[in-house]
Amino acid sequence: MDDQQRQEYWRKNLRLLAVLLSIWALVSFGAGIILVEPLNKIEIGGFPLGFWFSQQGSIITFVALIAYYVWRMDKLDDEYGVDELDSASGNTTGHPSSPAGGGH
Amino acid sequence: MSDIQLWTLIFAIITFSVYIYIAYASRVSDTAGFYIAGGGIPAPANGAAIAADWMSAASFISLAGIVGLSYNGYAGGVFLMGWTGGYVLLALLLAPYLRKFGKYTLPDFVGDRYSETARLVAVLAAIVVSFVYVAGQMAGVGLVFTRFLNVNTTTGVIIGMTIVFFYAVLGGMKGITWTQVAQYSVLIIAYLIPAVAVSAKVTGIPLPQIGFGRILEELNGLQADFGLAEYSGAFTQISMPNMILITAALMFGTAGLPHVIVRFYTAKSVRAARYSALWAIFFIAILYTTAPSVAAFTKLQIIKDLTATSLADVPGWFNTWSDVGLITTAGGGPVSDLGTSTFSYSDVAINNDIIVLASPEIGGLPAPIVGLVAAGALAAALSTASGLLLVISSSVANDVYYKRINPAATEAKQLLVGRCAMAAAIVVAGYLGINPPGFVAQVVALAFGLAAASFFPILVLGIFWKKATAAGAAAGMITGLTVTMAYMIWTIDIYGNSAGIWNIPETGFGTIGMLINFAVTIAVSQFTKKPSPQMQELVEEIRYPGRTKLVAAHQDGEV
Repeated sequence: MDDQQRQEYWRKNLRLLAVLLSIWALVSFGAGIILVEPLNKIEIGGFPLGFWFSQQGSIITFVALIAYYVWRMDKLDDEYGVDELDSASGNTTGHPSSPAGGGH
Repeated sequence: MSDIQLWTLIFAIITFSVYIYIAYASRVSDTAGFYIAGGGIPAPANGAAIAADWMSAASFISLAGIVGLSYNGYAGGVFLMGWTGGYVLLALLLAPYLRKFGKYTLPDFVGDRYSETARLVAVLAAIVVSFVYVAGQMAGVGLVFTRFLNVNTTTGVIIGMTIVFFYAVLGGMKGITWTQVAQYSVLIIAYLIPAVAVSAKVTGIPLPQIGFGRILEELNGLQADFGLAEYSGAFTQISMPNMILITAALMFGTAGLPHVIVRFYTAKSVRAARYSALWAIFFIAILYTTAPSVAAFTKLQIIKDLTATSLADVPGWFNTWSDVGLITTAGGGPVSDLGTSTFSYSDVAINNDIIVLASPEIGGLPAPIVGLVAAGALAAALSTASGLLLVISSSVANDVYYKRINPAATEAKQLLVGRCAMAAAIVVAGYLGINPPGFVAQVVALAFGLAAASFFPILVLGIFWKKATAAGAAAGMITGLTVTMAYMIWTIDIYGNSAGIWNIPETGFGTIGMLINFAVTIAVSQFTKKPSPQMQELVEEIRYPGRTKLVAAHQDGEV
């Protein structure tokens, strides 16, 4: 990976973070707290919607956000050739499996 | 011995034997195994371990009660969102980069990225936060033993300490991690079975997350009959700004807790660290979406059981828990004060901890399930305690002894110091569990605010901003911590008991402390000595997964 590719990789990473963290804030602080009163006028499956967001929806969204992030980063790593797929079973990249051997 | 006691004993013996067997099978002989399980735990297992580590006695025993009883539904959302939302921050902003950086502990990152002064501040903060937290867990173990097996608290805590001692001292992080995987399985099964059974019984829908919607209207109606605010109504207990502040303090605090962060070092790779975070939030979400439904179902049943009743007619669970003093009159007196009069839900005070422990009984489920719930509560308390003890032991042995006192120590010597520190920490934690200082419960909630105000900003800036300086981080950490602590002491009931500024509760002030920390770190970094070019390059390197020379050299201690 040359310098330009690195910058591109990092920019894409930051853009992904910005989008996902905006959704994170909109769902929890937005739908679950600030907009709870207007949303509570809508009812789905017995739940006032704002109440549902604060007790169920935001948590489900958090799982989805991290799932999307993990999936997207895998693709990005692959695109830029920094994926660690080969290291899932072996020990070729990143942290040595026994840093003790490295005299930590 | 009653049926419930017998089943509790059976489940406790089975689960404890499993934990000890796992500990024996995964004993370790080097520091990497002891501190970070050799960095080789697969992501799903690591995720389950993080979840068990995270979900303490408080999540398992108290969360549903806090949401349903003391926060009357909606306001309990601060805990539900706060204790899960932090994982998004962890997964996106910290975990992959800290994993790439390597090393063993949170103070390791702070010390290497910034300075030795910053390392010491971080060690101190990590130890204080962990001890406060672990005392609560030991007390939780004692609680379950007293209530379900009728042994006294001291015996209960000593049994718990012995079990933890065995697998934590022997197996270090490796033993702890694999035991936590087993503990997660026990606690989640114990939590789900009664929740599913009650939801199916009351609504015919076996998924409590859906069934929960069917009873809200009835619950709101019953609460109105007693003159209570609507269960699903917004801002009846906490104002909007305070909801935001408390939720944020819990979220950012979660992302700054040393015992959670260290778990990402145990992952195999950067990719595995990301997947660990995903598995962790998934496993946590299973319990955290079930808890509010347990809260609602149990509260509904409690209100129904306690409508125009008298002591002669109350159901069995009422007697079980009033006998141990967890149900009292609204004024706090023994329930016998009610005499032969007719009373209802609002005439008695019910302790939060009962909701989960008594939910099988309240829902009319058989004794084995009650025993299983007790074993689940023990699993939750023990798993969190062991994770915290590891943070204490590694902070002392790695960050203080090896890094500061005796850098020439051999592998065997370090391991011995680590084990001794662990043993000492267990004894102190056990003592605190038997003689809990009155302020523990309050301080545990405050630990999040302190973590948010001290660690979160300097970690994020340390990763995302190459020019964050050592002086900036130390100043930011100290200011954030001091201001937050001062505000807490000034406002919590047992000390200052002041209303504070704009009625900001002490639990929400961590958010303000965090913003102050950010501001101070950024400001001081502008005019203090920039990090060395090599450090800036290292910070650049950790942004990309895969093996890079500089990072590898740093992990080997050559940089």
